[in-house]
Amino acid sequence: MILQRLFSGDMPRSKVLTVLLLGILLALLLTPFIFPGAKALNVAAKILIFIVLVASFDLLLGYTGIVSFAHTMFFGIGAYGVAIALTHLGPTWTAVAVGAACALVISLLLSLVIGLFSLRVKALFFAMITLAVASAFQTLASQLSDLTGGEDGLSFKVPALLMDGFQKMIWDADLQQFLPHPRMIFGVEVNGKFVAFYLLAAATLVLFLVMLRLVNSPFGRVLQAIRENAFRAEALGYRVVVYRTLSTMLSAAFATLAGILLALWLRYNGPDTSLSFEIMIDILLMVVIGGMGTLYGSVIGASLFILVQNYLQDLMKAASQGVSQVPFLKDLIHPDRWLLWLGILFVLSVYRFPAGVVGKLRMRARRTT
Amino acid sequence: MKIPDSPAQIMETLPSVKTDRLPLFLLPALALVALPLIGSFSTWVTLTFAGLAMGMIIFIIASGLTLVFGLMDVMNFGHGVFITLGAFIAVSVLGRMAGFTESPSLVRNLIAVVPAMLAAMVAAGALGLVFERIIIRPVYGQPLKQIMITMGGMIVAVELIKVIWGAQAIPLPLPEAFKGSLLFGETAIEKYRLIAVVVGLVIFAMLFWILSRTKVGLLIRAGVHDREMVESLGYRIGRLFIGVFVAGSALAGLGGVMWGLYQQSVTPEMGGAINVLLFIVIIIGGMGSIGGCFLGALMVGLVNNYAGFLAPKVALISNILLMVIVLLWRPQGIYPAGKA
Repeated sequence: MILQRLFSGDMPRSKVLTVLLLGILLALLLTPFIFPGAKALNVAAKILIFIVLVASFDLLLGYTGIVSFAHTMFFGIGAYGVAIALTHLGPTWTAVAVGAACALVISLLLSLVIGLFSLRVKALFFAMITLAVASAFQTLASQLSDLTGGEDGLSFKVPALLMDGFQKMIWDADLQQFLPHPRMIFGVEVNGKFVAFYLLAAATLVLFLVMLRLVNSPFGRVLQAIRENAFRAEALGYRVVVYRTLSTMLSAAFATLAGILLALWLRYNGPDTSLSFEIMIDILLMVVIGGMGTLYGSVIGASLFILVQNYLQDLMKAASQGVSQVPFLKDLIHPDRWLLWLGILFVLSVYRFPAGVVGKLRMRARRTT
Repeated sequence: MKIPDSPAQIMETLPSVKTDRLPLFLLPALALVALPLIGSFSTWVTLTFAGLAMGMIIFIIASGLTLVFGLMDVMNFGHGVFITLGAFIAVSVLGRMAGFTESPSLVRNLIAVVPAMLAAMVAAGALGLVFERIIIRPVYGQPLKQIMITMGGMIVAVELIKVIWGAQAIPLPLPEAFKGSLLFGETAIEKYRLIAVVVGLVIFAMLFWILSRTKVGLLIRAGVHDREMVESLGYRIGRLFIGVFVAGSALAGLGGVMWGLYQQSVTPEMGGAINVLLFIVIIIGGMGSIGGCFLGALMVGLVNNYAGFLAPKVALISNILLMVIVLLWRPQGIYPAGKA
């Protein structure tokens, strides 16, 4: 019952999917303990952040049926909001709050304007307008270098708790007499990164559950009705423009929150980390491969994609060296060409299984029972 | 009422459609407003010419895109890949003909450039055919999938281009005779820009002639206006569409060669970067309208160059501003093509 409430009645509904999700959850939560090294921790953190980002994009694409190419813009606004505030106001939580609040307000206003301006017409029109606006925003961010640090981006200090404040707290509280090694838990050093990672995990979990609640609410049902048939939804008395705009704003807000998390985790932000069009393509691929219209798809999609992005290259390198005698094949599986294979997977998934991995698994579960 | 018996009389009895000339004044107006702002006449001429040249190239690329949309409601988000392919083909062809491009004789240069352009058009057209068959055909009438699938097609195609030519930028130097400027008094006009304007005008004239004076053009225009009506009269709009798609891709390939020469270097990402400009142009022009596309492209070119000179920081968002202003004036674009 509690689980039902926690997941807003939207359970995974497939044994394989449940196992997969639990596996991902455990692996992510235990990363600091079972996968030593900075790379593994960074990959896990990136997966956590992208789960929020991809889920927020799914809110728009999968649940409302709107294609936006401005999603990374809101992601970037969040990241830049915190980055600029922390750079100018110093590493305090007040600065984080100010930056986050400003970023949220800007994102909401911007998405409201874009939504009202272009959601009245076709889906295509919205996609084109958002693409144009996002690219203008990206150039703007890299040009206004006084504010944004230009192409170099901004490096900044985060509040003490996320740096080394935690150890100081333990020392100051004289806790060391109770713990054998106050800096260590199961052989893992409890430093700022460690604390930041678990705060990040908690934030991701909360945001994910909030979004799950949202899409399973009456509001979420209206969004899905609009996706299926906007005309009928309008005939039933729901103002389609209003709902679409609200959905745009909500997804922008969650993307902004994801951006805030990114900036706090990386302690750095630049155009390539949060604004670039490549990230936009990436999250589009994640949503579609994972499964549109189910938030669990974003978990699967983000985990799969980022793992591939970070580890497939090593595999491809080995394979590429194996066939280094074959001229064309060697280039095809060159480690830099990983996107080629994901692109093909993406095209195939749009044709063959539009409901993505999650949709496939659920369908199989339904058939067997 | 007398029954008309000759075509001329039929034309007379038909009610004439009032031509919408107002947008034609936009370009001169834009140029005239910019003149006092810029101050110097010679700078203004140079900038105007640069703007026109850029606009012409964008028009060549965008014309196919807007027609394809008008005919079949297909918006190809992967149009940029034809540009990239065209440019890379030109790199390969011109690279092999270095003897011709480096000679100062215009004729010898043209012997190299014309085949390069033709090869680019053939390659881009062929890719267009493949693209239409494999990527777009299965998703007619599903805008959401269309957007994603054409995006996906572009990702794959760009990666394949990287497999063949590598991921780095490759320089594409102008042939010798195309370099330098012509001097008229104090105003300097780059030769290549002149060439771009001439080629653009020729293409526009050809398209205009085909669309307004031939049967195929009549069918295309009718199809843009009302597809089902044309089909019910027994014409296969699907074939027409493939033809337009391939021709549009070939033109994008040509535009890619010209854009590559304009920038003097090509990168695998160049097509994606221009995509944004293309969308702005066809939204401004009215989606599906070739005349609107022409005006839109020239306006974007001019505004880009004027704004780049007057206020470089604003230049980045000048296109968006232009689009917003035009849409506030005419929400369907300059020349709405009979579609809502």
